Formats: sequence, structure tokens, C-alpha cells
Amino acid sequence: MPWLAIDPLFYDGVDAVDVAVVIVKTVAVFAMLLVGVMFYVWFMRKVIAVMQVRVGPKRAGPFGVLQTFADGTKLFFKEQSIPDAADSTVFRLAPYLSIMPAFLAFAIVPIGGEVWIFGRQTTLQLADPPIGILFLLMMSGIGAYGVLLAGWASGSKYPLLGSVRASAQLLSYEAVMGLSIVTVLVRSNTLQTSSIVAQQEWTGWASIIDWFMFWQQPGEASPARTVGIVLMSVLTFAGLALFLVAALGETNHPPFDLVEAEQELVGGFHTEYTGIRFGIFFLAEFMNYITMSAIVVTLFLGGPAGPPLGIAPENGVINVWLMPMFWFAIKVLFFLFCTVWVRASLPRLRYDQLMNLSWKFLIEGSFLLVMVLGVAVVGLTLGWNLWLVVPASIAAALVVYGLLWLCVPRPGERDEWSELAMAEAGGEG
Amino acid sequence: MGRFSGFGITFGSMFEAKVTGDYPKTKRPKPERLHGRHVLNRYEDGMEKCIGCELCAGVCPAKCIYVRGADNPPDAPVSPGERYGFVYEINYLRCIHCDLCVEACPTEAITESKLFEFSFTNRQDAIYTKAELVVDDQGRARRQPWELWEGHEDDHTSAWMRATSPSGNAAFTGRVNWSSELGFGTRPAEPRQHVEVPDAEGIAARVDAIHHGEDD
Repeated sequence: MPWLAIDPLFYDGVDAVDVAVVIVKTVAVFAMLLVGVMFYVWFMRKVIAVMQVRVGPKRAGPFGVLQTFADGTKLFFKEQSIPDAADSTVFRLAPYLSIMPAFLAFAIVPIGGEVWIFGRQTTLQLADPPIGILFLLMMSGIGAYGVLLAGWASGSKYPLLGSVRASAQLLSYEAVMGLSIVTVLVRSNTLQTSSIVAQQEWTGWASIIDWFMFWQQPGEASPARTVGIVLMSVLTFAGLALFLVAALGETNHPPFDLVEAEQELVGGFHTEYTGIRFGIFFLAEFMNYITMSAIVVTLFLGGPAGPPLGIAPENGVINVWLMPMFWFAIKVLFFLFCTVWVRASLPRLRYDQLMNLSWKFLIEGSFLLVMVLGVAVVGLTLGWNLWLVVPASIAAALVVYGLLWLCVPRPGERDEWSELAMAEAGGEG
Repeated sequence: MGRFSGFGITFGSMFEAKVTGDYPKTKRPKPERLHGRHVLNRYEDGMEKCIGCELCAGVCPAKCIYVRGADNPPDAPVSPGERYGFVYEINYLRCIHCDLCVEACPTEAITESKLFEFSFTNRQDAIYTKAELVVDDQGRARRQPWELWEGHEDDHTSAWMRATSPSGNAAFTGRVNWSSELGFGTRPAEPRQHVEVPDAEGIAARVDAIHHGEDD
């Protein structure tokens, strides 16, 4: 059954033990994500506190690690209200539309190598569909519906404004995210996450430059190839940077949290939500940060690849089970720290700045990136003179961008198109 | 790169000393003139200092003090004078801790401690009666169940305020000249306070000055 994805578990048909293994993995990943969110929220509050020269939560449990647990317990027991004007069914549905994609998107992330459970060989990855990364884009698209419907179904103006913002923002940043993922896909030649990770496998410290944040292709050493490699590394790093910004925008992380901007929209899309329904939105949001960090690690940083523990036996439990998970966790933690750092450092953008950043810079930038990368990849394969081809393609792209730029009205300049449109709509020119 | 300099600030401040402390577990020293809740003091022989004159109630700008005086029972006097504070209540939902009552008090009966951490849950608890205000037999403030303090946090009833104007008279400003207290005796001077132990002549001159309404 090739459609069931490539997991050694399913090579010889599916029986009860296989199903049990899958159920165990599902429950384990779900629990891991929940506990992960719990620790991440605590970590975030602690790190932000330290950055603000405060102490942070410290009363609930040792160092306050149980603070999130206490908050969640409180939310569970709070009264849940539904506004009279709300669309009751959609209002109830929306939190689950938000949390399920957040959880499902993590399913495609490989968090370890191949292990044996109940005498069956399987990968430490919940699902490994051939469509891999597309599944991630799909899930983040569905996640947008959770926010969108929550705001719409609340029957209240601030949530509606929040959800309208969400629809535009997620659309804008999903384009950037999709294009920046292409920088990885043109090298991996596959959408399958396990395969992407396998191509960045650990064979020694030198394999760090084999990770997709760098670019290296096997072949004869030559000056042209060196130039190509440096160029590609620069391009992939640009892709990584674009992906990180787009991921922040896609998950409504500060400084892009326009959807729930407290100073403007009360709580944004979740203004009318109380109790555990609000808690689920909260959970989904933080689960998304973890998932996105895991995706960055999977795409660009080799996923669970890392040096094995030398003193432990090569095929023992430590090196097969724990070390890959350890390296995966370390890398994810690095990016989670970066999200907290960004949250503590940058003020929220204005909405026009948000849109300008995406539509005037990031989307053009990622198109340019994909185009130059495509030219360079084909050039490397066919032995073109990259010195000529790459500058030419960049120049051509910049000319097109410049033409676009000329069409966009400057601040303070008369915008004839909008005036015309407004006149047609009956407004004042 | 100006707009990204915030990253450096946040990262750098991770290594700075924390401003906040481990508050309820370890408390910082309180300011020497902090105005907390009141105590009603007693003399070293256990007699109450309050004479029920109601000057504190009269001067209180928040009208939070209610006092009723009564004649001392001859066989078991409560205070050394003729009358004593029969009812004494302070409503802490109204008190603004201005310390005017302390300045007005002719016998230094009422002073403000440095205790301020209350968390009462009903209005009845907010009104401190005489039973709660009068110091116990060791001369210490009585800790109510809703007050968060322990140990020696009640050591400093506001000696500073009494020193600025003991017995309610400006003639004594800046001098330590207060009566002794149950459990503590005559309290030592606090930092930056001036100690002057007047002899009999000095006291007479001072009392004379008070009676003639002259400034020292």
C-alpha cells in the first residue's frame, strides 16, 4: 500500500500490532506536544522576564514550571459563555478547527531515526506522507479557518475585525512561506519530510555543511563549482530568513500579532471566548510555534541529525532513541528561544507596515530568490557560466521589480487608481 | 540596523541583576518613615496609653477613627489618667495613613507600625477594634489571620513620627523624647534622629514653653 506512506511498519501489510504501534505513537506525540506547550509557555514567560530584568513565574512548582498547568486547570473550570449574537455551532467548532491542524502539522515532523517498538521497525514520526511539506501548508491553511470562523461566528465587531485581519495576513505570509520552502525542495527533489531529513544525515562534523541551510552538491571540485556553492549557500540562507519571517507571520507571532492586537481589538478573534475554548486557541497558537520551529529544523537543519554519544554503544537505546531526539529538541529549542527573543524585542507592526512588508518586499524577494535559485541549479547541472547567468537573472528580476515599484504610489502622492475606484463606488474622490 | 538594536538590549539585559525579588519569602527593609497600620501602645506597667480624648478622631481627614472615652474603673484602672479609650475603632477601608492621628495624640498612645500587608475579605475585618489594635502583653502588635507578616517585622512602630512631634507639640520637633513602652522600654533613637535626655530643669523649661505657646 504505497499510499500509506513509506514507513517500514507497513511493508508487510497491516495487523493489530501495527495499529497499536500507530496508536501509541499518536498518543505519545499528542502528549509530547501538550507538555511541550506547557513548558514552552513557561519558558517564554521566564525568558521574557529575565530579559525585562524580572524574575517571572516561580510559585507554582519548582521554578514555576507548573504555572501553565495551573492556568490551564483554571481555564477548564471557568464558565463558558456564548454571545447571543453568535452562530452557536460555528462558535463551538472554531477552536477545534484551530487546534487540530496545529497538532496534525506536527505529525509529518521526524523527531528521531528508525526504532523498534513491539518488535516492529518504525520511524519516530507519526505520519510520513509523500506529500509531506504540502501537508504542512494545507494544515496551516485550515488553521486560518479556525481564526477566521471564530471571529465571524462571535457576532461581535472586534472579533470580526480580527478575523478579517487574519484572512489577509495569513494569505500574504503563506505565499512567502511556500516560496521560501522551494529553496529546500529544489535541492531535496522530494516533498517527503523523512527523505528531506535523510539527505541531511549525520556522518561527521563535516555533514553540518550538508544541511540544507548550506548548499553542497557532490561533483568535481572546480572554481566555478565553488562559486556556485557559495552562491547557493547565500540563497538558501536568504530562504531560511524568509521562511522564519513568514513563519512568524503565519503563526500570528509578535511582531505580527495584528489578529489579536490587544491595544486595538480587545482580544481580536478570541474576544468572546471564555474558559477552555479560549484555552484551546491559546494552546493551538503555541503549538503552532513549536510546529513551525520543528519544520524549520526539519527543512534546514537536518532534523534529528547530530553527533551520537561516543561512549554509548552504537546501536544501543541511547544512540538510537535518545540522541536523535536530543539533537532535535536542542535545535527546536534554539528556534523557540529566538521566537521569545523576537517577542521581547520588537514592537507590533502597524497593519499597513505588515502588508507592505509582505507584498512589497517579502513576496518579491522570495520570487527573486526562487528564480535565481532555479537558474543557478540548472546552471550548475548544465555547466553554464554562473558568473554571467546569475547576475543577468538578478538584473532582469530587478528591472521587473523596478517597473512594479514605479507603479506603486509613494506616500503623499496622488493615487489616481484608488481615487478612480472610490469615485466609481460613489465615495468622495 | 537601528530598528534591530532592540535585540541587543533584550539580550544584554538577560545578564543584569534582577530588579524584582523573592517577595513574600524575603522582604526588603522598609523605609524608615513608612506608615503602616496602627497600634495602640501601653506603658511598661501594662497600662494603656490611650485616654479617650478623641483628638485622633477629630484630626482624622478620612474620618476613619471612632473613639468613645469612659471613666476609669477605680478598682481596676485601664489607663493611668482619669479616662480611657472605651471604644477604639479604625476603618482601614478609609484610612489614608497620613499619620495625623499620631501627631495629634497627647500621650503617644497611637502610632503607626510598618505593617501594611493585609488581605481582608470582608468589611468587618477591615474595621480594627481595640482588641486588635492594642499591643499584646509583650508589647507587640497582634497579628490578624489576614495579615502577612511574621517575626520581627513589627519591631518599628513609627518612632520617626513620634520624634518629629512628640506629644503633638512642635516644640519637640527633631528630638527623641517619648515615653517608654511595654516590652521595649524607651526606644533608642533611629538613624539621623537627635537624642536628648533632658534633666529636670530642661523638662520644666520645656513644659513652660508649651504652656506659653512659645516655640523652642
